Amino acid sequence: MMRTIYFDNNATTKVAEEVAEEMRPLFCELYGNPSSMHTFGGQMGRKIRLAREQAAELLGCEPSEIIFTSCGTESDNAAINGTLAAAPNKRKVITSRVEHPAVLAVCRELENRGYRVVELGVDGQGRLDMEELERQVDDDAALVSIMYANNETGVVFPIEKIAEIVTSRGAIFHTDAVQVVGKMPLDLSKSSIDLLSLSGHKLHAPKGVGILYVRKGTRLSPFMLGGHQEGGRRAGTENVPGIVGLGKACELAARNIEEENNKVKRLRDKLEKAIMEKCPDCRLNGDKENRLPNTSNISFEYIEGEAILLMLDRYGICASSGSACTSGSLEPSHVLRAMGVPFTAAHGSIRFSLSRYNTEEEVDYTIEKVPQIITRLRELSPFVSS
Amino acid sequence: MWEYTDKLKDHFFNPRNAGEIEEPDGVGEVGSLACGDALKLTFKLDETGKIKDAKFKTFGCASAIATSSVLTEMIKGLPLEEAAKVTNKDIADYLGGLPEQKMHCSVMGREALEAAIENYRSGGKEKHELEGEIVCTCFGVPDKEIERVIRENHLTTVEEVTNYCKAGGGCGGCKGEIEKIIEKIMGGKIEYVPAPAPRRGGKLTNIQKIKLIQQTINEQIRPALRADGGNIELIDVEGNKVIVAFRGMCAQCNLAEFTMRDVVEARLREFVSEELFVEEDKESSKQQDNHKG
Repeated sequence: MMRTIYFDNNATTKVAEEVAEEMRPLFCELYGNPSSMHTFGGQMGRKIRLAREQAAELLGCEPSEIIFTSCGTESDNAAINGTLAAAPNKRKVITSRVEHPAVLAVCRELENRGYRVVELGVDGQGRLDMEELERQVDDDAALVSIMYANNETGVVFPIEKIAEIVTSRGAIFHTDAVQVVGKMPLDLSKSSIDLLSLSGHKLHAPKGVGILYVRKGTRLSPFMLGGHQEGGRRAGTENVPGIVGLGKACELAARNIEEENNKVKRLRDKLEKAIMEKCPDCRLNGDKENRLPNTSNISFEYIEGEAILLMLDRYGICASSGSACTSGSLEPSHVLRAMGVPFTAAHGSIRFSLSRYNTEEEVDYTIEKVPQIITRLRELSPFVSS
Repeated sequence: MWEYTDKLKDHFFNPRNAGEIEEPDGVGEVGSLACGDALKLTFKLDETGKIKDAKFKTFGCASAIATSSVLTEMIKGLPLEEAAKVTNKDIADYLGGLPEQKMHCSVMGREALEAAIENYRSGGKEKHELEGEIVCTCFGVPDKEIERVIRENHLTTVEEVTNYCKAGGGCGGCKGEIEKIIEKIMGGKIEYVPAPAPRRGGKLTNIQKIKLIQQTINEQIRPALRADGGNIELIDVEGNKVIVAFRGMCAQCNLAEFTMRDVVEARLREFVSEELFVEEDKESSKQQDNHKG
C-alpha cells in the first residue's frame, strides 16, 4: 500500500493510539449507560467525570462549565441560538466574514428572525477590522461570535482583547476555537470569553464528540430536551467512548502543547520556506505574525488547486484547497475572497496543515515533490509562456 | 472527492498533445484566469483539409485538463467539417462520463474547438466572440450559449445549466432569467415530480386551511400549469368552496374545465381536505394580468 503523508490536519486528525486504547473496552465490555442504577452502568459516570476534568484542565476552566456535544457545529449552533433568549430586547448580532459556515450560516438564518447581522471584514492579511468592531458593539448588540483562528489560513484573532471589548459593553461573546484547542495554550479562567466551541476530531480524539464551554452565569437555553444529561441542557445518552476519548486527547494535548508549538512550527516553517523559495510566482495567504503553528496557505499562480491536489494525491500527500473546483461550487473560498486575494491566486491556493505526528522526512519528501508538480502543471497552462 | 473515470485520470496524469503548435491554422482561446479555467487550442491542417495535428494548453482542474487532452485526440485525423460536429456530450462520453458539476469542462472544450475553427475560416483575423446578450455577468455567459447547452443536453433545471456552462453559479442574480430561458425552450417537455403528500393534520382552522390551500397551489398546482404556459391565482375561500382564477394560456384554454376538476380540485382534495370543491372566478379570469400571477 502507498504510504500516506497527512498534511490535512485542519480537516481532521488521526485518533491518538493512547486515545483509541482508552476507548477500546467501552464498546463490548464496559458498555453500560451512565444513567443506570446498577454498578455496571453507573461506573461510566466516573469515566465521564474524569473526562470533564481532563478537558477543564486543558481549557483552564471548571468541569461544570463544560457541556459535551456531538461536534463543533452543534456547539456553534447551540451557543448562538441558545444565548439570544437571554437578551430579548437586543436585535444585533456581530460576526466576521471569514467564519466557518457553522457560525456564518446560523447567523445569517437569524436575519429571518428579525436580527440585524453585521459581518466584520478583514484586511489583506486576514486580520480583523478592530475599529469596525469597536464601532459596531453598541447597546443593541446581543451576541458577538468571532472565531479564535481561521481554519483556512491559520490566522489567529486577538480574541482576549475582543472578548474584553464585547463583554465590557454588555454583549455575550462566543468564539469558535475548533482550530485552536490543542495547538495554543488557553486559560479561560483569566479570560472574558463567555462561550467557546471545540471539536474532538481536530485534536486527535474521534469524530462525533465536541465541547461547548459555557462560563458560569451565562444564560443558555437547553438545546436538546428529554433527559437530565449535561445538567439538562443537552439531553441524550452520553457518547461515552467519544467523551472518554476526548478527555484523554485533552490530557495528551495539555502535555504536548509545548511540543506542538515548537516541533510542528519548525516543520511547517521548513516546508513553507522551501516551497516559497523553489516555486516562483506563489504567495503566502494570511498574517505571518499571528498564525497557528501548523497551518500554511500558499497560492500558486496560473494553475488550479484541484489539479495540484490530485497530483499530490498520487504521491500520497494529503492537503486541501480553497479553489472552487474542489467544493463543487464555482467560486473560490469565501475566506480568501474576504481577504481580497485575487481570484487568480485563490483558484490555485493550497493549505498544508500539520500535526505532531508529521516527520521531518515527510516534509523533505513533500519539498521535493511540490515544485515538480507546480512546474508540470504550469507547462500545461496557457498563462505561462514556455 | 470527485468520482473520476480511469480514462479521465489517465488523460490528466498523462495528457496527450499538450503544448502549442507553431504557426497554427486555427487558434481557439476561451475562459479566463478569473473564471477558474481557460483553454487554448491550436490545430494544423494537412493538404486535404484534415486536422493533422492539434495541441492544447489548459488552466483548470483535473477534468478540464483531461477534457482538453481527449478533445485533441478526438479531432486529430478528422476533416474540419466532421470536427465541427463534435458536441460537449461526445467529449464527456469519450471520457466515460463526467461528474455533473464538471460538465462545463466539456462545454469549454467544444467552445474552444468552435473558436479555433471559426478563427481558421475567417483567415485568422477574427477573434472568437460569443454571440448574444450576456445573462450571467459573473461568468460572462450570453443567452445564446445558455440556450444551446439546454437544447443539446436536454437540461430542465437552473442547477443543470450552472453545471454545464457556469451561468448562475456566481451571485445567482440571473437565476430567474435562466429559468425563463429553460421554460421557453423546454416548455412542455419538463416533467414535474410532485413532492410527497404531506401528512394530514386533522381538523384545520380557517387560517390553517387557507394557508395550506395557498401552499398547495404554489407547490403542487402552479408548476404543472406553468409547463403549459398557464398560471393560477387563489381569489378567495368560502367554507369549502375555493375560488380561483386562471391566467395566461389557461384563461383561454377550452380544457380549463378539465384542468379545474382533474388538476386543481384533485390536488387540493389530496393535500388539504376531501371536502373542498373549486370554482372559477370567470370575471377575474377575463381580466388579464390585473393581478400578478
